[in-house]
Amino acid sequence: MRAAAQLWQQWRRRTPLGWLQLRHDRGRLLVALAGIAFADVLMFTQLGFQASIYDANNRFHRALHADIVLLSPKAQNLQNLSTFPRRRLLQALDVPGVQDGHGLYVSTLTWKNPDTRRDATVQLFGFDPDARLFNIAEVSAQQHKLKQADTVLFDRGARGPYKATIAALERGETLSTEAERRTLQIQGLFSLGASFGSDGTLMASDLTFLRQVPRRNVGSLSLGLIALQPGADADLVAERMRRHLDNDVQVLTKNGYIAFEQAYWRRASPVGVIFGMGTVMAFVVGVVIVYQVLSTDVASHLGEYATFRAMGYRNRYLLGVVFEQALVLASLGFVPGFVLPIGIYALASKATFLPIAMTAERAIKVFLLTVLMCGASGAIATRRLQAADPAELF
Amino acid sequence: MSTLKPMPIPAAVSISGLQHHFGRGNLRRQVLHDITLAIWPGEIVLLTGPSGSGKTTLLTLIGGLRHGQCGSVMVLGRQLIGCNDRQLSQARREHSYIFQAHNLHRSLTALQNVRMALEVRGDLDRTTMDHRATQMLEQVGLAPQIHSYPDQLSGGQKQRVAVARALVHNPPLVLADEPTAALDSRSGREVVSRMQQLAREQHSTILLVTHDNRILDIADRVLTMEDGHLREDVRSSDTSVRSTTP
Repeated sequence: MRAAAQLWQQWRRRTPLGWLQLRHDRGRLLVALAGIAFADVLMFTQLGFQASIYDANNRFHRALHADIVLLSPKAQNLQNLSTFPRRRLLQALDVPGVQDGHGLYVSTLTWKNPDTRRDATVQLFGFDPDARLFNIAEVSAQQHKLKQADTVLFDRGARGPYKATIAALERGETLSTEAERRTLQIQGLFSLGASFGSDGTLMASDLTFLRQVPRRNVGSLSLGLIALQPGADADLVAERMRRHLDNDVQVLTKNGYIAFEQAYWRRASPVGVIFGMGTVMAFVVGVVIVYQVLSTDVASHLGEYATFRAMGYRNRYLLGVVFEQALVLASLGFVPGFVLPIGIYALASKATFLPIAMTAERAIKVFLLTVLMCGASGAIATRRLQAADPAELF
Repeated sequence: MSTLKPMPIPAAVSISGLQHHFGRGNLRRQVLHDITLAIWPGEIVLLTGPSGSGKTTLLTLIGGLRHGQCGSVMVLGRQLIGCNDRQLSQARREHSYIFQAHNLHRSLTALQNVRMALEVRGDLDRTTMDHRATQMLEQVGLAPQIHSYPDQLSGGQKQRVAVARALVHNPPLVLADEPTAALDSRSGREVVSRMQQLAREQHSTILLVTHDNRILDIADRVLTMEDGHLREDVRSSDTSVRSTTP
């Protein structure tokens, strides 16, 4: 307590030299702030897009009403799932701890956009309309409609010219369109959203699915979704299942399945790497700009700093001044660097239908990166101060 | 005078056997040869000599602005040879140093510049520091300019702020390196008189390096350096002043 009070006293009697120095040269201050804001905006954009890829590609996985997921060992991501024998799902039901399990058919489908009547590619999910497979309220409430053959629900978050279609469905109308020379009735909407791999999604019954995708065998599932009895340990049951089943099927917990999809986008596809590199580049650009500003500032005050040393100030004090400047720059530059991306996110989200929004976590991350960026620049900039004797600085 | 008292008083500056070299290897060059010197408390001593003779090197060694190599340099009772950075910083707080250029910080007002000399000592609160600094600036005749930045002051005014900064903490020893070199004769004279007057009031010792023979009259003693050797001029400043005036 007393130490804190003393520190506060010290702080109050201290002349805020770093701040006064920055304020004195407005031009230099503005350049520094613009540079930092620029680096921050770049970092926010890169990290935002990176997060949105992962979020968008995970939304399906997170919406699954399942504790354990079965999939083919050849599966790569949601768009390339391959198939596995339905027998494995039935065998899995024998494992203790399992409550029930259902199959999901996934395929891409070329249909005619009801707005434009042009071909477009969407993702088609087929499942038993009596089973609950998704934690999406609109799907649960409307999936009984799917019992009617050739009926589908449409994703209102789909990317593409679907404005009129969505508006009509919102009014409760039924639209019809065509796919693979069959007529499809669109009976309702739900929200899932576009991802990098798919522009939009249709939900259908397993029967409708198999009619639309005639090459698919009824015994070849894309995913097996297994719900456990309350209190069962998913990791434990999954382990049992792995031992129980042949190795022509892969067993993952729900979290494991989310991680599996993430890993695909992170490694097998360059998008994550690109945005990661973009963030690093933004950081480096920031370091260079702030270094330029701070080192020019140190160089132009070298005589004054030497005078302070001659007055008995220690080198530590001068390092403190440079770091004070770095911290002030980081804090001031972060303000526009934080506000601008909010607008950019809104624009990008509107244009791409990807979920991009400012999160507290990312804001803190970028702020810490900014402080680190300015601190690193400050540390490099203080090297000129290390000269042994003040007499040599004049 | 005090020098006549039989009691031995410690010298403000006492140097013996001081040598100093610049450079290394083949380029190594001796700039100070076996300097021995004592300056007594309250004395005003001028150090003159051609440029390159080693005056500033000697002054910066006394001021603790560079590390000494061998010999003995006692300043205000502290041995500076062999001190580390931290001890030298501590030593520099005891005396003050006035430079050829004013070396004021251009982002700080006159008041803030003077206050920096008090802040380094860390024993006064903000109000007291501001009060002392204001008082000091008034004493050097800059009351209307206390909130001006160095850019808004004339050369003489800036050097007076530097003098105020050097004297605000009543230093027992003031070292000045050609404080009048950048000034015209009137402002140079004015700055030196202020220094002399304030030093007399505060009983400070002054060692002043100068080329400027217009100000020799303020000295109790004049020393001359030549090629790194120190020579004491004929007894007192009176003779040297007399010799230059017809």
